[in-house]
Amino acid sequence: MNTLAERWELEPRPTVCVLEDYIGAQARWCPGCGDHSVLGAVQRLARDLQLPPERTVTVSGIGCSSRFPHYMKTYGFHGLHGRALPVACGIKSRRPDLNVFVVTGDGDCCAIGTAHWIHAIRYNMDLTILLLDNNIYGLTKMQTSPTTPIGQHSNTHPQGSQLPPLNPISVTLGIRNVSFVAQTVDWNPPHLYATIRAAYEHKGASFVRIFQRCPHFTSNIFAKAQEDPSRILMMTHPGGINLDPNMARAFPNRIEHDPSDLSAARALADREDVFTIGLFYRSAASFRYDHQTAQGLGATNDEKLAALRKALDRFLVS
Amino acid sequence: MKPSALEAQTTPERVPPGIVDQHIVEIVSDSGEGAQTCGQSFGAICARNGNGVWTVEIIPAEIEPPARSRAGASGSRIRIGSRPVTNAGDFADVVFAFNEQVLYSRIDSGALRPGTLVFLDSTWAENPIGEIRDMYSDAVADFRRRGYAVTEIPIERQCRKVTNEPRRGKNMWVLGMLCALYDLDLELVRSEVEKRFAKKGGAAVEKNRALLEDGWKWALENTAHRFHVPASPPDKPTVAMNGNQAIGLGIMASGMELCAMYPITPATSASHFLASAFPQVGGFVHQAEDEIAAIGFAIGASYAGRTAVTITSGPGLALKTEFIGFAVMAEVPLVIVVVQRGGPSTGLPTKIEQGDLLAALYASPGDSPKIILAPATIEECFHFMVTARKLAEEFRTPVIVLSDANLATGQQPFPKPEVSESWLASPIDQSDWDQETAPFAWDPETGLSTRPIPGRRHGQFVLTGLAHDEHSHVAYESGINQRAMEMRSRKLAVLAGSLLAPRLHGAGEGDLLVVGWGSTLGAIEEAVDRLRARAAKVSSLHLRFLSPLEPGLKRIFSRFRQVMTVEINYSDPIRPPYLTPETRRYSQLAQLLRAHTLVDIDCWSRVPGSPLPPGLIEQELSRRLDDIQREGTHNEHTR
Repeated sequence: MNTLAERWELEPRPTVCVLEDYIGAQARWCPGCGDHSVLGAVQRLARDLQLPPERTVTVSGIGCSSRFPHYMKTYGFHGLHGRALPVACGIKSRRPDLNVFVVTGDGDCCAIGTAHWIHAIRYNMDLTILLLDNNIYGLTKMQTSPTTPIGQHSNTHPQGSQLPPLNPISVTLGIRNVSFVAQTVDWNPPHLYATIRAAYEHKGASFVRIFQRCPHFTSNIFAKAQEDPSRILMMTHPGGINLDPNMARAFPNRIEHDPSDLSAARALADREDVFTIGLFYRSAASFRYDHQTAQGLGATNDEKLAALRKALDRFLVS
Repeated sequence: MKPSALEAQTTPERVPPGIVDQHIVEIVSDSGEGAQTCGQSFGAICARNGNGVWTVEIIPAEIEPPARSRAGASGSRIRIGSRPVTNAGDFADVVFAFNEQVLYSRIDSGALRPGTLVFLDSTWAENPIGEIRDMYSDAVADFRRRGYAVTEIPIERQCRKVTNEPRRGKNMWVLGMLCALYDLDLELVRSEVEKRFAKKGGAAVEKNRALLEDGWKWALENTAHRFHVPASPPDKPTVAMNGNQAIGLGIMASGMELCAMYPITPATSASHFLASAFPQVGGFVHQAEDEIAAIGFAIGASYAGRTAVTITSGPGLALKTEFIGFAVMAEVPLVIVVVQRGGPSTGLPTKIEQGDLLAALYASPGDSPKIILAPATIEECFHFMVTARKLAEEFRTPVIVLSDANLATGQQPFPKPEVSESWLASPIDQSDWDQETAPFAWDPETGLSTRPIPGRRHGQFVLTGLAHDEHSHVAYESGINQRAMEMRSRKLAVLAGSLLAPRLHGAGEGDLLVVGWGSTLGAIEEAVDRLRARAAKVSSLHLRFLSPLEPGLKRIFSRFRQVMTVEINYSDPIRPPYLTPETRRYSQLAQLLRAHTLVDIDCWSRVPGSPLPPGLIEQELSRRLDDIQREGTHNEHTR
């Protein structure tokens, strides 16, 4: 028979958060939009890791994907076009206790917000950055984005885009102090989930580019990759992002890649013949700017006042 | 050099009286020769002595402009008085020039008057290059023709006796001479130099003391000029600093812990000061990748519960306006310091202008009501930062503090602030949020609300720049936007209701009322005082709150026959046929006050890139007063 220990306390069960605790407003993206799967993955991740909703902040800019915070039941910040990253860095600067997700798009991050993207990677503050890349401006109705493939027709380039698209992974891997770069697809939930989870668990700025379908404007771009898995190249490594063997069967085309090898990562990122998914690069040694920005958080009022008087005394003339 | 030899080459045309109520001194050199250090030290010594002091820097646009060039002039103007000094004054009484070309720069700026005592380094007369010798002697003759009382002094030659690097020693030698000239206690001077050079070690202190004492001794032995500006030593602890340092210290005292900035003249020195001092109170300066990122970072920190500050100047303000509008819309407390410079565009980066008032008020898209403060003194630069954070949090809105290049680089003594714990920020509230309370539970009367800060359970909401209702839900219904605008707007009316009517300088009624804002306070009041001493019926009023405007203005204005603003921003003069009272563009505060009070407010403004001297203001006001008098007589005739 079970007996109680002599000394016992009835402890209230810690609150368990269920999926509904992370589900905010009804998502208003188009049916079939890849953003829905990313939202689901982040909500499941939050539940699985029991992230306290009140200590989690989702920050976005402007664009279709930037509606994301409204659909989470965490704290959210739906800011300005291109400017999610400075805000997220500011939030993190004096609140290391908060989990911060940044949701941005190819226009938001790679066009109007490019400066902030480069520097946020360089700052390497503990953020999970999700680039939802559908290769097009959706919210403003089909304009060419920096990642639009050559030849793709849009309302701003009716004859087809002519500039070679910007490669967000190559760019990110070119930034000194980069610490986590991965790529995944919205249409494979296990890989999407595993990638976002690895990104969250990495301490530092984790950059994840997600190939994201836009059924309305760019349904052609990822269709072939969806139909023909050999067009996707999955990077594998014991230290990388790994699926269980059953799930991994969806990606027969694989390559072993050591995520600590930056040169190899850059070479893989530059391949244009396949969609490469998995972990390109991870470094735990990169400098963390948030360790700097949080300095002095513990100062007491007495310490502050004493220091302040001393600072004023430097200007005494009598 | 023997006194007799000196006598032979100087021709003082006017020997000023020994005791003077106030004096203006300028020290001007090539950039890098330390005239600014000399001026600051002299100002600090006079402040310690108990004199009123106002110091301004003369700043070249380049870091190392060519030597002996007019554009490269660098230095200080120090105005000392027996009473508090509130502005840089009119013409220099005494100028020390390290070469003749930098003196020309000051003449071009209108800083000298006939009779100004000029002490000019005569070492150039011995220069191996004939062209330089000629330039020098031509200039000396020219200066005398212009009526300046030139005394040639062998600054560099004397310095060579103490140091083989005279370029780095001339300023201390001149400081010594200045202190002798102004009858200051040598011990006071020595201790100031020790204080200033203590960090550089004993050898530096020794060298500078030697230079100082040689300059002092040389002055006593070789010149007849001696001035005494009576002083009363301050009875309580006094600090002296420039406006940007005051802003930095004010930020530290305000409880703000984060400053996010991008380098821009003339604002950056505030951040320089903070970068070294802020960590002592647990604060951090973030140098962002651009102006937009700087304010975004500050907004992020503010949103997360630590009200932050961003510091910029006009061009930076232009870049920040979208985010300022966001902070208004999303009601994020935030402090934005704008140290104004000349505009538009890159304008006059190192020079003063008050040209950003309307940009601060209106530059964001849509209606973006926000609080705007303008400190008028260096002491106010300190205290307004404390006020700004409190207002930002209380009213859940951005607060813009408009300083300018004159305050930024001017130095003035003021009583050491008694810092208070109540100025510091409370810890971030992390208690549970009442689920029934909306994130924008606007009080219908005041528009005020409190905000859930990340970390508070049950307070989760999405802050958005989209039009939203009190739940921060995106407005899809008509009516929501109207109501939200009303709520944000009435906060300003509530603040206006809590302000006192501005205090008048002078009588409460009269012929002319002058309205100013920002750093022109001292010059305007001095001009008004001079005119009042001659029985002119003129008063002045200086606004510190520009949004909302201080209450009672219309009533105050109604007691004067004419109201005008004096500002350092552009306005058209009346010059028919094109520039008529109808087509003319008014200065910025005048536009604002005209719209606000429906009073026919006139303006007089100038954009010389330098502070308006009280004499110039006096001259203009005097002209206006004459006009008013004439019109009055005319009206009486025709009645």
